[in-house]
Amino acid sequence: MLKTKEVEFNYDNQMFFKFQNIDLNSNENLLIIGDSGVGKTTLMHLLAGLLKSNSGSIKLFDKELNQMSSYQLDSFRKNNIGIVFQRPHFVNSLTVKENLQLAQYIANKNDNTRIESILKNLNIFDKSNKKTNQLSQGEKQRVSIALAIVNSPKLILADEPTSSLDDNNCSKVIKLLKKQATDFGAQLIVITHDSRLKKHFKKSIEL
Amino acid sequence: MNIFKLSIKNIFNKPLSSSISLALLVLGVGIISLLLQLNTLIKDQMDNNLRGIDMVVGAKGSPLQLILSSVYHIDSPTGNISLAEAETISNNRMVGSSIKILYGDNYKGFRIVGAERKFVELYKGVIKEGKDWDNPYEVLVGSKVYEKLKINLGDELISSHGLRETGQSHDEGTFKVVGLLKPSNSVIDQLIITSPQSVWDIHETHDHDEHEHEHEHEHEHEHEHDNREITAMLIKFKSPMNIIQFPRQINENTNLQAAVPSYEISRLFKLFGFGIETLSYLAYLIIIVSGFSLFINLFNSMRERKYEMALIRTLGASRFQLSTMIIFESLVLTISGFILGLLFSRFGVMFVSSLMEESINYNLNSLKILNEEYWLLGLSVLIGVVSSLIPAIQVYKMNISKILADA
Repeated sequence: MLKTKEVEFNYDNQMFFKFQNIDLNSNENLLIIGDSGVGKTTLMHLLAGLLKSNSGSIKLFDKELNQMSSYQLDSFRKNNIGIVFQRPHFVNSLTVKENLQLAQYIANKNDNTRIESILKNLNIFDKSNKKTNQLSQGEKQRVSIALAIVNSPKLILADEPTSSLDDNNCSKVIKLLKKQATDFGAQLIVITHDSRLKKHFKKSIEL
Repeated sequence: MNIFKLSIKNIFNKPLSSSISLALLVLGVGIISLLLQLNTLIKDQMDNNLRGIDMVVGAKGSPLQLILSSVYHIDSPTGNISLAEAETISNNRMVGSSIKILYGDNYKGFRIVGAERKFVELYKGVIKEGKDWDNPYEVLVGSKVYEKLKINLGDELISSHGLRETGQSHDEGTFKVVGLLKPSNSVIDQLIITSPQSVWDIHETHDHDEHEHEHEHEHEHEHEHDNREITAMLIKFKSPMNIIQFPRQINENTNLQAAVPSYEISRLFKLFGFGIETLSYLAYLIIIVSGFSLFINLFNSMRERKYEMALIRTLGASRFQLSTMIIFESLVLTISGFILGLLFSRFGVMFVSSLMEESINYNLNSLKILNEEYWLLGLSVLIGVVSSLIPAIQVYKMNISKILADA
């Protein structure tokens, strides 16, 4: 399902990253773990098609990302990938529900029942009509998970979802992520420096 | 949810900065549109009341004053001329038709005009109630006069001398209302019309002692057998060619004055025009400033919202969709600015119109959209596009990976 080979990336000829090869089968989750500065975020952006590698190949769902145009990448992303960011971002002028509706609109979908079921599943249904800046940190994180899964992606990419959380919450969040992925039939790739997560994943690689 | 809705939500999310740009644009568009409307309405009113009058003959003085008083009934007359001299001119072979009018009195500020019946026909006056005048002292009353003064058929009006309310009353100047005219959207709406004989009769008794009008009695005593006077004569020519030659002949060879309304009015508008032009430049400047303010708003909000933009991109929106959103935001503001500006100008027109109606009994009521206002719409759209262009290009070129990595 995901196969990378000799992926290399450099920022303005100053920082150079060479990533080890990844081979992930369908129905597997993956933990990518590494210290700061080894290019975790870069790798995640490469996998999400937000960046293009300088050389090598990234094959995701049998598509070669390096050969796609920027427009094709946008379209590929909205149909296949949900992203959970380290710090949650939202459209501030919209409510929780409207943020999810916007995400659906971008993917040419319109399914309020799905939005409701996701919000219920994440226990934040009562926040539907709240502006995102009225939410607590925990609620924000849940909404950002909702945004990542609202368009039924086949792959969820999570960037440091637990780095600022205590042990208790860390374990809650990662369980939540895994549950959402299973519930909605997606695979999960978590990229982090947080070694507490190792025990939650069968498969992990270290950068 | 769609990109257009999102734009509107974004505007309402920042009401203060949005409304400043909006207010500037409303002001700019409003002023220009108000000037255009007033200019057009006044011009229309003036043209409408011209009714093909080619030339006006009256006493010597300012030609514009002669036109304003005898065609538009808003200024004092330049004086009187002798009926006999007027007859000579109206018998000239170049004259197609002529209407003699004479002033003297007013009733509560509305002018009483002695005129031939053709005068009412010229303005397509139709009697709504009652009948035409048959005897002296019988009057037809224009629609605005009877509406405002609540005059009914059969009422008696005691006139005052002169054209303003303060003039002395004639004891004998009692007119009887025999007819009410339908509204005709012309000057006769604000006039009280009677036969010339009525006016002559009133003034016969004490005319020669009075010297209320400055310019009166300047005429020579050639026509002592008939000392009747009129105020002015409205003339249509047989051929438009005469308009060049005939007025000059009169002005050079007689002690009468001939004035050409179309010429005087265009001169008047040239004078107006200068003021209007200056004000319009100011208003265009305001519109340009509103464009700058819009640009600064969008530019700042791009910075504040860069994570938001990055998020929308990662959700799969294309660069183009995001740029469109920015341009929409700008256009929604400028187009609503245009619409509000137009409303503003319509209220302005109504206000000025009510002022004018009080002072000179003119009514301007037309709220149609002028061609120039479509140009203003075009300008508003242009301002909207131009001021959002740089922010839109920035969003288009945005490096989402970099923004997200910096977070």
